[in-house]
Amino acid sequence: MRIPILRLGDILLTSIQSDITDDQALTLQVDILKQLGDSRALGVLLDITALDVVDSYMTRILSETARMARLMGGEVVITGMSPMVALSLIEMGRDLHDVLTALDVEQGVEKLKRRLDATGDEDDDRPRCERGSANARD
Amino acid sequence: MRGTDSSSVVLIATPEDVVRARQAGRMAAAALGLGLADQTRLATAISEIARNALHYGGGGRCEISACQEEGHHRITVQVTDHGPGIPEIERAMSPGFSTGNSLGMGLPGAAKLVDSLAIESRPGLTQVTLAMRRKAR
Ligand SMILES: Nc1ncnc2c1ncn2[C@@H]1O[C@H](COP(=O)(O)OP(=O)(O)OP(=O)(O)O)[C@@H](O)[C@H]1O
Ligand SMILES: [Mg+2]
Repeated sequence: MRIPILRLGDILLTSIQSDITDDQALTLQVDILKQLGDSRALGVLLDITALDVVDSYMTRILSETARMARLMGGEVVITGMSPMVALSLIEMGRDLHDVLTALDVEQGVEKLKRRLDATGDEDDDRPRCERGSANARD
Repeated sequence: MRGTDSSSVVLIATPEDVVRARQAGRMAAAALGLGLADQTRLATAISEIARNALHYGGGGRCEISACQEEGHHRITVQVTDHGPGIPEIERAMSPGFSTGNSLGMGLPGAAKLVDSLAIESRPGLTQVTLAMRRKAR
């Protein structure tokens, strides 16, 4: 069973609905990156609300997917991590380094949009920032 | 009072079985009345050990037993495989050591989630035993 990926404007939306195998997780990673490349989507929202176990393998898949998407010029946000999963990750000494996260899908979409806007405006922002820091030094 | 009150076995031959093993662990913890945090800890630890048995041991079995002892619940999980064994257990337990081109975080991570993790290993037989003990409520 393949996990469906929906397209909503600039964003790809996908949701893990139950505990999945390593193979399914890897397939999802490949599918997400392929769709990101094929479509003109800029961001991916991956909802893991229903995921009740995130072990070292899943942690690695999640953070690698986010890093690969970023290399391609896209952005991934992971939403809905349960408090118990977060607790286990921290206790294991793991983290989702550099991965955008949000409490739920709604906040995830907002975060993704803000991030995508910010990246899109990067060239406009830079002179303003430099001026800002120059003033601070004066 | 002491003794095994219940036990279940999951054979580990495919990635689906790794999911089955960790979910069986969660259910056993829930059946004993352990909270969501402990259920998740146990399921996550089992996932690491069962995956190792599949990848490095070529498959195996996961036995989950629950028992009562002196006002406590105790869950013991024993994962057995008949693969090549772990030559240097201490190194295998240290974070970052991997012969599988991975992160080497499975065993040390699992050890932090449960009360005890013991490994017995020689060529042809590896047994990893996890235990969790909680006050009966
Ligand atoms: N059942 C086993 N049989 C043989 N060797 C094992 C077994 N379990 C673990 N090992 C050895 O111990 C090492 C460390 O295991 P650990 O689970 O900590 O890390 P990993 O599996 O390499 O990576 P990760 O779990 O982070 O993906 C493995 O790389 C392997 O060499
Ligand atoms: Mg491992």
